[in-house]
Amino acid sequence: MRRYLLHRLWQSLVTLLLATIVVFLGVRALPGDPALALAGEDRDPESLRAIREQYGLDDSLPVQFWQFVSHAAQGDLGQSIRTGESVNTMLRHALPVTIELSALAILVASLIGIGAGVVAAVRRGRPAEWAANALALLGLSVPNFWLGLMAILYLSVALGLFPASGFVPFFSDPVGNLHHLVLPALILGTGLAAVIMRQTRSSMLDALSADYIRTAEAKGLPPRAVIGRHALRNSLIVVVTIVGLQLGALISGAVVTERIFALPGFGKLTVDAVFQRDYPVIQAVVLVTATAYIVINLLVDLLYSVIDPRIRVRGEA
Amino acid sequence: MAVADVTVSAGTPLSSRRRKVVRRLLRNPLAITGLVVLGIAVFAALFAPWLAPHEPTDTHLSQAFAAPGTPGYVLGTDDLGRDVLSRIMFGLRASLHVGMLAVATSLAIGVPLGLMAGYFRTIDALISRFTDLVLAFPFLILAVGLAAIRGASLGNAAIAIGIAQIPGVIRIVRSETLRLKSLDFVSAAIVEGAGDLWVIGRHILPNAASVIIVQATVAIPAAILGEAVLSFLGLGIQPPAPSLGTMLADAQQFAAKAPWAAVMPGVAIMLIALAFNIVGDSLRDALDPKASRR
Repeated sequence: MRRYLLHRLWQSLVTLLLATIVVFLGVRALPGDPALALAGEDRDPESLRAIREQYGLDDSLPVQFWQFVSHAAQGDLGQSIRTGESVNTMLRHALPVTIELSALAILVASLIGIGAGVVAAVRRGRPAEWAANALALLGLSVPNFWLGLMAILYLSVALGLFPASGFVPFFSDPVGNLHHLVLPALILGTGLAAVIMRQTRSSMLDALSADYIRTAEAKGLPPRAVIGRHALRNSLIVVVTIVGLQLGALISGAVVTERIFALPGFGKLTVDAVFQRDYPVIQAVVLVTATAYIVINLLVDLLYSVIDPRIRVRGEA
Repeated sequence: MAVADVTVSAGTPLSSRRRKVVRRLLRNPLAITGLVVLGIAVFAALFAPWLAPHEPTDTHLSQAFAAPGTPGYVLGTDDLGRDVLSRIMFGLRASLHVGMLAVATSLAIGVPLGLMAGYFRTIDALISRFTDLVLAFPFLILAVGLAAIRGASLGNAAIAIGIAQIPGVIRIVRSETLRLKSLDFVSAAIVEGAGDLWVIGRHILPNAASVIIVQATVAIPAAILGEAVLSFLGLGIQPPAPSLGTMLADAQQFAAKAPWAAVMPGVAIMLIALAFNIVGDSLRDALDPKASRR
């Protein structure tokens, strides 16, 4: 077990280092002189020299890389060249919105996905399975940002059931906060729900034909208990695995969902930064995403080995 | 023929296996529906310059916000009086273009890497580090970076989507290569002294082809959805060139006044993605009937 952990940790560190190199080189590949980009409107040679000095742009690449890494490691991600605000502050405001949205989306997707997946597996060959499968296929094919537009158009604007856009912080108005996030979370969760449903269905089918289920049935456990116990355990593993695998899709989806519902999160920060050519913010956004992806996947793997005893045992052997 | 029909295994000649797969596919009504929808969409997209009733970028301001069913504008018009049907046809063209380009990119890089990772154990670890690295950049973040470096365009959107799809291709090709390498006919070829390139090209790649085709079939709709997202955000195809994503972005401004301009492009994206997904699923079932009958 410990060897497995150390190995995984080492792998993650290597990936993180490589990702940092990619971001670093990517920023150097930006068109034009980075000092010019950083200076924005201010083109006078004196301030350009000051910027070169400040960002160490005259240093050799390895030195620059070291500067970049040590600043980032200390949590200093630089300043926006548009607003002069520190990128850290911008992230501190934006990230909680996105994290809450994603967490809610995962919750919604798990409830729908596990429910539909279990039904599809248990009601094999009945209309319920057919309906669940069709729903999953639809969930995979529908563009979720379009679904968001439709929801705003028909549920928010026409029926007035939900606010069409905007955000209130959880701690100032919890009910209003959830009211604003229900629809975006539902929209963001559709694709994820479809993937979870399919995986739950197939792992349930595997489980239902396994020997230990036959044993449980033979010793007289009621079907509800058999399905409930094993479905629950399997579902947990499925959800954890899929969240790890689909994290990239989830992050991408969150960006678009925030755009549609005008939520002031990470996605809005990202898209605005591209259009304003705010390079320090783009660099920070990419680095933060890559780091989050690597760290969360490490956690997922560790969690996975806790939930699934087979992996624990294999790691110890 | 009769002999080949009895068992389908890796030892059966490829051509007769393929015939069986096609027969199984054509017996599935859902698959046929998917193929028909796909055929219509591809036809409409391919021949859009000749079939479309209007130029997709022509504005007819006197006809702005015409409702669906207006003579000459079957699916209505947008805020500038542009014909929604014509724009959808050209938008589909762009969608398919991006879908093909993205998947071609991911296959061109992913298939060789997957074959190598599965065949040569020594570089497996190296390739999986590469996979981890690519995975750490979600497609939208990749597209954001690429748009910042090279500007937003159809080609860059396709490249970003294609790169993001590489890990999936590597994983599938790698595991299929591992499976095939352990089969007797491959071992026999190796024992007979066949070179690595020969074994990969002659024995592994042809047998892995079906898995790769299924992967491509489900990757294309994902790429089409990806393009729509990027163009919607302004990171993909640039206006006035028609794209289903930019149509939706435009329509968002006046959706309450002309809901059809927001509904139709989305339905078009959904139908084509659905058709691809259905065909992909059916193809997978046809290739491996045991797995689906579980």
